Amino acid sequence: MTTYFTKEHEWLRVEGDIATVGITDYAQAQLGDVVFADVPEAGRTVSKGGEAAVVESVKAASDVYSPASGEVVEANAALADEPALVNTDPQGSGWFFKLKLSDVSELDGLMDEAAYTAFLATL
Amino acid sequence: MADSDQSMLPLPLDVLHRRLGARMVSFAGYAMPIQYEGIIAEHLWTRSSAGLFDVSHMGQILLPPDQAPLLETLLPGDIIGLGEGVLRYSLLLNDSGGIRDDLMVTRRANDLYLVVNGAVKAADMAVMREAGLAVDYREDWALLALQGPQAVAVLEALVPGVAALRFMRSAGFSWAGHDLWVSRSGYTGEDGYEISVPADAAEAFAEALLADARVKPIGLGARDSLRLEAGLPLYGHDLDQTTTPIQAGLAYAISKRRKAEGGYPAAEALMAELLDGPVQRRVGLAVEGKLPAREGATVFAGALPVGTVTSGGFAPSLQAPIAMAYVAAAHSADGSPLEIEVRGKRLAAKVVPMPFKAKNYVREGGI
Repeated sequence: MTTYFTKEHEWLRVEGDIATVGITDYAQAQLGDVVFADVPEAGRTVSKGGEAAVVESVKAASDVYSPASGEVVEANAALADEPALVNTDPQGSGWFFKLKLSDVSELDGLMDEAAYTAFLATL
Repeated sequence: MADSDQSMLPLPLDVLHRRLGARMVSFAGYAMPIQYEGIIAEHLWTRSSAGLFDVSHMGQILLPPDQAPLLETLLPGDIIGLGEGVLRYSLLLNDSGGIRDDLMVTRRANDLYLVVNGAVKAADMAVMREAGLAVDYREDWALLALQGPQAVAVLEALVPGVAALRFMRSAGFSWAGHDLWVSRSGYTGEDGYEISVPADAAEAFAEALLADARVKPIGLGARDSLRLEAGLPLYGHDLDQTTTPIQAGLAYAISKRRKAEGGYPAAEALMAELLDGPVQRRVGLAVEGKLPAREGATVFAGALPVGTVTSGGFAPSLQAPIAMAYVAAAHSADGSPLEIEVRGKRLAAKVVPMPFKAKNYVREGGI
């Protein structure tokens, strides 16, 4: 199991060809209180860099772009009742969706945790 | 993000905000605190205790008291008849009756004291000067707001006498040798005060307020959600140069004497609009479900687009999305069923009376 990060502050936890996708602690802190997460339904195809989800804070709506291509196999149903999980546990129970990766090589350009931490330090 | 943007002008409480852990953003050209611990927590704290807001970006302007007749040529409020210490909400209008700004005007012993919106204050002052008004822009004053059910007890402990002020009344006080101008007014729907304080005393005064455990600092984010729940329009969003006082539901800002006498911009057109009814009205919308509808979203009646959301978001005190919109008059009655389009989805919505959340104003002075 490997966790990857993007410069758009998303994370992917990959097991085999299934990636669990969410936003990072940095991203949730920037967004503030999340009141709604519009996550893609199972069966939807998403492409790397394409709009996949929308997260609504009190103040604004923000797009979440898919960090890889594939088919959504599960959306986090818990976010419907408790969108604040994105704030309280962004890299755990506040995940957005699970993706069956169509091209594992897309992960090559992504950061590992150490690289992402270094990236955050430059912001 | 905008946290370290050097182009933002600092306001008198800049150092304090950063020490308190605020996230600073650019607003009206200034570095302003958008939030401290979080918008929802700050919102709910203001509704239950007392919140301290820095609104020093707003323009504080003095005019000579004998220029009330000249000021009346720019706005429809009765300023000549304004009693000393009384606040009047008014609207600077353009020649077609559109709203240049909304503002508060107070008559004081030796001047007229105006508070205008930060984003348009330069334009406001240009219009005033062009009309011949002797504008004295007081950049050397900070402006704080203390809002919430505990605001009166908190400020009375620090500045004895303020509890006796009635709603929309103001007076001069002093604190630690500094002159304060205190108004019982605000922009949250809660009881409280707006306090003008010399910039060089602002930090010490704010710290004295924050030393009271009932007070927490509140950012612009919660200020926006609080005013939206209170049904109060925000200039640049719910009011602009294309909306009139009648459409905005602010006809009460046209004072009785001015309705009869006119003499303000587009007076005849506005009186005709009041009589005939406006083509569109600002309304409150209760949105079904949990998905907020934001500014710019189109409002539908069936297949027909009938309006646009001008402010929208999640209401922390109601735990539901709410919005303000301009909709065609035929669909503006309370209870009218409408839909709002958000990312291709239609959200069911209903016109509801504002405020969304009952106001807690205290009409008489006292604790």
